[in-house]
Amino acid sequence: MSNCHDINKVSYKGMKGKKLVLAGNPNVGKSVFFNYLTGIYVDVSNFPGTTVDISAGKYKNYIVMDTPGIYGVSSFNEEETVARDVILGADLILNVVDSVHLDRDLFLTKQLIDMGKPVIVALNMMDELEQNGITIDIGMLEELLGVPVIPTAAAKKTGMEALEKAFFQASQGNRDPKLAAMIKQTAENTCSDAEALMILEDDEIIAERYGMKTAGLRDEIYIERRRSVEDIVNKVLKESNKGASFGVLLGRWMLKPVTGIPMLAVTLYLMYKVIGVFVAGTVVGFTEETIMEGIYRPLVLSLVSPVISESSFIGSLLIGEFGIFTMVPIYILGLLLPLIIGFYMLMAFLEDSGYLPRIAALVDRMLVSLGLNGKAIIPIILGFGCVTMATMTTRILGTKREKIIATILLGLAIPCSAQLGVIMGLISELDAIYVLIYAAAIFSVFVIAGTVLNKVMPGESSQLLIDLPAIRLPMLGNVLRKTFQKTMMFLKEAVPLFIIGAVFISVLQYTNVLIYIQQWMSPVTESLLRLPPETATAFIMGIIRRDFGAAGLTSIAMTQQQVLVSLIVMTLFVPCIAAIMVIFKERGTRDALAIWLGSFVVAFVTGGIIAWLI
Amino acid sequence: MTLDKVKRGNRFRIRRIDNKDLKTQAIRIGIYEGAVFLCSEKLPGGPIILQNRMQEVAVGRGLAEDIEVEGI
Repeated sequence: MSNCHDINKVSYKGMKGKKLVLAGNPNVGKSVFFNYLTGIYVDVSNFPGTTVDISAGKYKNYIVMDTPGIYGVSSFNEEETVARDVILGADLILNVVDSVHLDRDLFLTKQLIDMGKPVIVALNMMDELEQNGITIDIGMLEELLGVPVIPTAAAKKTGMEALEKAFFQASQGNRDPKLAAMIKQTAENTCSDAEALMILEDDEIIAERYGMKTAGLRDEIYIERRRSVEDIVNKVLKESNKGASFGVLLGRWMLKPVTGIPMLAVTLYLMYKVIGVFVAGTVVGFTEETIMEGIYRPLVLSLVSPVISESSFIGSLLIGEFGIFTMVPIYILGLLLPLIIGFYMLMAFLEDSGYLPRIAALVDRMLVSLGLNGKAIIPIILGFGCVTMATMTTRILGTKREKIIATILLGLAIPCSAQLGVIMGLISELDAIYVLIYAAAIFSVFVIAGTVLNKVMPGESSQLLIDLPAIRLPMLGNVLRKTFQKTMMFLKEAVPLFIIGAVFISVLQYTNVLIYIQQWMSPVTESLLRLPPETATAFIMGIIRRDFGAAGLTSIAMTQQQVLVSLIVMTLFVPCIAAIMVIFKERGTRDALAIWLGSFVVAFVTGGIIAWLI
Repeated sequence: MTLDKVKRGNRFRIRRIDNKDLKTQAIRIGIYEGAVFLCSEKLPGGPIILQNRMQEVAVGRGLAEDIEVEGI
């Protein structure tokens, strides 16, 4: 075939060598192996044409490539497509298997073996297996699979040397004879057995590459593979009646509503303490006030203003109130970065501990009625950190319908941490009844908007189907690595948006359009919301940075009712300019415009109703 | 009966999965026609938790209605 070299296009930055690819289910400790093999010189880069990051490094004369955690090789989502392409290009596969979840993991193992690639299996988490009173006959497992199986406990560095020695023994394993015959026949028209298998399993992308039709045999092959896994597990696995370990019990308690809801409440409270109080207060106080406002701003002003006047157009673009060198870095580095790091770190911790999927299961019922499923709790939690970051995360949701609903709810009813800080300050001066009305109004809008969207939007949302991994103490190195990767990705995507936003606002301000909009809005704020005319300015500022807006309210003399109404409008009001840009980027112009205008309407109508009721 | 009718603590075998997309997704995490599970937890109005040895999977209520099972 003329295009057979294309298979190897997943080469790594000109590095030569055989490709050793790590593959495994999510949360099996794959990255520990990767780090062990490659050391610290690792390159993390975006897989071409996707948002998925792939790590690559060197081990002896191998190029080692990590893949996203997958349950099987196919193309149901972007991560799988990336994993599939990397695996198709592999010369040798190190398959990391969670020994505690042997039944689940061996499906992928069998599939890799069916691909005809040399495979070596690292049977990981052996220490946990013993704690749970389970034994695996490794000799028999090796014999049944036909590939080397090395017991490891990677977190404790056990079994790693044996694994390295076994790389030379990696072999093509035992295939189902009937399937092997079919693969052989199909492979006459493809470059490899692996691709032939993909075509037999109805992978449309691979079939298209060869101009072939899919075989329509996926279900049949999958079921046969499952049966053979079941058979293997029954032969090699022995359970004693030792009873469930503490981790298993803890996992149960997290799910049962009676214990799970209090545990979730405590977790959220701790998150609030860590992020809302420590990071947003102490850390940001230092990074934003002391470093950025105290040292950075005077420095940059003293450097630029002798050359370019701050009052000139260019000057206002660069170092003005919303300047590229003033507002953008001060906002992103001083305020957002500590919060983003804090949130990603906690999410990585929740994810690696196995708690996150259980939270998703626990809140699933509530979110289903809003047209989402339990998974949407991830962007919702992140939204309290930064709506921009959360809107990017809506990518993990299953359908376009869910992505739109989640985006709307985030923009509408989730106040980000920057805004929450100022809101808390203002609201603490109100009587308790107004605080209650505020919370009730925002929560009602969240629930009503979700329920209505779920009713009126065409199509169907996907349902929760999630593997609940074992409860484990996360490894610090892993948590930090994930946090770093996600933070870098956020910065890469968000910084340009913030810059464009800042330029846009600077232009509006310089051309006096900003003042015009404020004047135009004043009658609405006065007559509909019964607020002082200056609040229009605060609302406009809220578009630029939500906390600017809320902070702008502090200086306006208002009654308690007026403070309440303005806070409600401000919270429901469009998110900040960066979030708006992400909405446009993720959802496209038409949907984004509708979301944007819709949030204006909802904010003013809700504010109006409350202003006339109280 | 369908999976959403299963009681907590009951063992059952999966007979049929009616939803094609679900079928392909589910089989990879171990849920397939013929597989035997224990219902280890049932969240009120929410997901059903299936257990096989150490593995646990949460299945949304709506999906559970598409899965035909028989008690054993």
